[in-house]
Amino acid sequence: MRFVFKTRYEQDLRLWRHKGDLIGYGIFLAALLALPMFAGVYYVGEANLWLIYSIAAMGLMIAVGFTGMASLGHSAFLGIGAYTHAYLLQNGVPFVFSLPLGGLLAGAIGVAVGFPTLRMHGIYLAIATLAVALITQEIMSKWSSVTGGFDGLPVAAPDFLSIQSEAMYQGEWFSVGGLHVGWTELWSPVSLYYICIVVLVLAALIARNLLRSPTGRAFVAIRDSEISAQSMGIHLAYYKTTAFGISAFVTGLAGGLFAHQISHLAPDAFNIFISIELLLICVVGGIGTIQGAVLGAAFLIMLRSFIPIMRDEVTAGAGGVEMLGGLVRFVNSPGLEAAIFGALLVVFIIFEPMGLYGRWLKVKTYFDLFPLYKKSTFARQKSYVKTERLR
Amino acid sequence: MTFFKADKLAIHFGGVKAVDGVDFEIAEGEIFTIIGPNGAGKTTIFNLISRIYEPTEGQLIFNDEDITNTAPHLIAGRGIARTFQNIELFEQATVLQNLLIGRHAHRSGNLLANIFFLPSTRRAELAHREEVEKVIEFLDLARYRDQRIANLPYGVRKVVELGRALCTEPKLLLLDEPSSGLNVEETSDMAFWIKDIRDLLGITVLMVEHDMSLVNRVSDRVLALNYGRVLTLGSPSEVQSNEEVIRAYLGG
Amino acid sequence: MDSVQIYISLFINGLALGCIYGLIALGFVLIYKATEMVNFAQGDLMMVGAFIAFGLIAGFGLNFWLGFLLTVVFMIIFGFLLDVVVIRRLIGQPQFSIVMATIGIGYVLRFVMPYAFNVEQIAFLTPFTGKAVQVAAMTLDAGKLAAVVGTLVLCAGLYMFFQRTRIGVAMQAASQNQLAAYYMGIPVALIFSLIWGISAGVAAITGVMMMPIANVMDPSIGFIAIKAFAGAVVGGFGSIPGALVGGIIIGLVEQFSDYLLAPGYKDIMVFSVLLAVMVVRPEGIFSQMGRKKV
Ligand SMILES: Nc1ncnc2c1ncn2[C@@H]1O[C@H](COP(=O)(O)OP(=O)(O)O)[C@@H](O)[C@H]1O
Ligand SMILES: [Mg+2]
Repeated sequence: MRFVFKTRYEQDLRLWRHKGDLIGYGIFLAALLALPMFAGVYYVGEANLWLIYSIAAMGLMIAVGFTGMASLGHSAFLGIGAYTHAYLLQNGVPFVFSLPLGGLLAGAIGVAVGFPTLRMHGIYLAIATLAVALITQEIMSKWSSVTGGFDGLPVAAPDFLSIQSEAMYQGEWFSVGGLHVGWTELWSPVSLYYICIVVLVLAALIARNLLRSPTGRAFVAIRDSEISAQSMGIHLAYYKTTAFGISAFVTGLAGGLFAHQISHLAPDAFNIFISIELLLICVVGGIGTIQGAVLGAAFLIMLRSFIPIMRDEVTAGAGGVEMLGGLVRFVNSPGLEAAIFGALLVVFIIFEPMGLYGRWLKVKTYFDLFPLYKKSTFARQKSYVKTERLR
Repeated sequence: MTFFKADKLAIHFGGVKAVDGVDFEIAEGEIFTIIGPNGAGKTTIFNLISRIYEPTEGQLIFNDEDITNTAPHLIAGRGIARTFQNIELFEQATVLQNLLIGRHAHRSGNLLANIFFLPSTRRAELAHREEVEKVIEFLDLARYRDQRIANLPYGVRKVVELGRALCTEPKLLLLDEPSSGLNVEETSDMAFWIKDIRDLLGITVLMVEHDMSLVNRVSDRVLALNYGRVLTLGSPSEVQSNEEVIRAYLGG
Repeated sequence: MDSVQIYISLFINGLALGCIYGLIALGFVLIYKATEMVNFAQGDLMMVGAFIAFGLIAGFGLNFWLGFLLTVVFMIIFGFLLDVVVIRRLIGQPQFSIVMATIGIGYVLRFVMPYAFNVEQIAFLTPFTGKAVQVAAMTLDAGKLAAVVGTLVLCAGLYMFFQRTRIGVAMQAASQNQLAAYYMGIPVALIFSLIWGISAGVAAITGVMMMPIANVMDPSIGFIAIKAFAGAVVGGFGSIPGALVGGIIIGLVEQFSDYLLAPGYKDIMVFSVLLAVMVVRPEGIFSQMGRKKV
């Protein structure tokens, strides 16, 4: 471990731990900003999905990872953010207002859901949020006057920022690195990309600020032991509601961005599997960490685009071979993608409960300490079933 | 004035009368110990004081105020802190974070100030940190400051839990079996700390303890409990020579 | 049909469906009570049971009852092994991780079963399929009656097992106090695996009972477990009679709101009832939950 000499308490309040971290995040952000200058529009589209999932998962992480509240209902908050934003845009509300309003409505509904379910323990909340997700989806398909029902709701492109890789005739401000930036309604994935980055940075800041302030510490305390949190003066109901509200707010913001990504909303886009995907991101990325949301989302998106490629390769390569018929059928069976996710989930929980970010920390520690690294540095204590209930 | 008083305190779990009409009073500056065989109701009394349980009957007075109906999360702010028999620390957080959570009752500022980490939040954090560092120094925890609880040995966790309780700046400190699971050396450290907590920090201590040598070293008064009822109350030596207490321990 | 008859048949339908929900709920309440793990794959275990029965009865052409019996035996072994190979390693993880892991297992099962049997949908004949029973002036569906009667028989059997057999009593002990049971010399790990086995066996029986009610099933049939969860919560999570009663309540609510409300509102109704119960009486009908002891 790199030993950081601390001479002032303020050092522990910084956004980063040491210079190396700061440089690392700086490079990461610079690379993100430069990506559309090199990558094609297809990749920018995939990157958008990644960023949006990262934001949504970061929101979920506040509830699940920080506060220990399992939610299966975040697909609903994503959907509420998306529908609200699209509806407001359609009715002439400017983008800069409608996006946060979508988040706020999601947050308000999160508070409304969170509040009555607070007396309940983990599994109850999971089931209650599951119910909310299902009901929300039903409402989306039934409340046609607002949501368009099964026909769905087209998402208007915002008209304030355009970033294109082709020169614009009017409204162009400047161009940089082959990107033409202007104030017109020409909308492209690249425009969305930069908006996503802004929102991602904001979401990460919110999460990080929470973690280094009393509010976030109260969340963590509740996650690890409700009873002692309470006797330290933490008002459980208030902080759980707050955590759930902020969580839903951030995921709702992601929903607004997601609306542009899919450009046409339908209730089915916000089914319960989206919630599970977001949870998967949190677990695979590293539960309880901000970085985990980004890493986990990257993993999910890459795997998702990798599976069809593998399917085509296997089908083309082994298609004619009689003996490999089973394999071809295997890769072409429906549900393969979900099964791979499911299996990975189990594997991660058993073998790497700290997720990808935890793995990254271990690798880093290994090199920092080389050759003194001991496996036991991160060994998990042997544990027993910890009872959560009174017998 | 009454510093702390339990009046006819009782709680029944179905048929089990875990605490059954217990009266006692603690004077400010005392080290008051409750002893009794397993299942006597000692921890239950603590849970009643920290308002985790609703008493079936009786009253709790602290600083002349009735706290029988105070919400559990307000107890810390009133000046009562506690440790737990089976250590209830925040496992995935560091020692420093655990201690900072102990400062929760003294936090100021609102949610938005936290979200934007306004200068006021930063200042408050630094002030809390200074208080926490005092406790770290007092309990000699500097080495473990940035370690996660999950990686710490049992003995250290016990000290961290004590530290977390101290960070709330209590007037009354409840210690549930502070020496259980500690080795001889750690137990003797614990005895010194308990004495110092009273002598240097001026905090009144109510503890549950099985180790009689520790009890003898630090306690002013001892209350013996069995089946939720008071057997006797007096100085450590008086209580230990009491017939009924001896019989209770021998299981008679 | 006059309206009384309609209501009676709605009642029977709801009862039959409710029994299915109740049995799924029973399966995970058994596991929850013993191990404090929440098995979100319980519905998928039911689906696996149905597929196996399909393979034996429709595939190999076994006699229904023989195929049924073999299915249950196979599923008990499957549940046992699932615990030994996967679940046991999750002990000590936060409850949430375990929920996620069982969701993952569900995903895998939903893929593996249709692949292994190379079918998308299954259907097999049972002695009750398409039969009707005449009671007074009413014609009742035999499959639904069988589900109700089967539930009663199964519950009585389980009750006897837990009360009368040594192993059943040991299971009760282990679920009441793990550590104490361990010190008493009860092999807790083995008991846990057995409970997973029993739970999977119950799931298999449920899956077969579902056949004449559903007529065809596909891998996603396991999702009805969501309603079983609702039932378990309504009944009081952790209570075995609660699981059954809650499941039946949900089944009845679903059937009646399907008939009485505009089409498509029955799910909203079911989950609204669930949320209402959670708000008004979060401990459910048969309260079991307590707080962690410190
Ligand atoms: N929440 C509860 N529900 C039921 N019984 C309880 C509860 N808390 C404590 N008890 C019972 O009260 C009695 C006293 O327990 P406790 O106060 O923990 O004893 P100890 O003196 O060893 O700390 C025991 O019989 C215990 O089983
Ligand atoms: Mg005790």
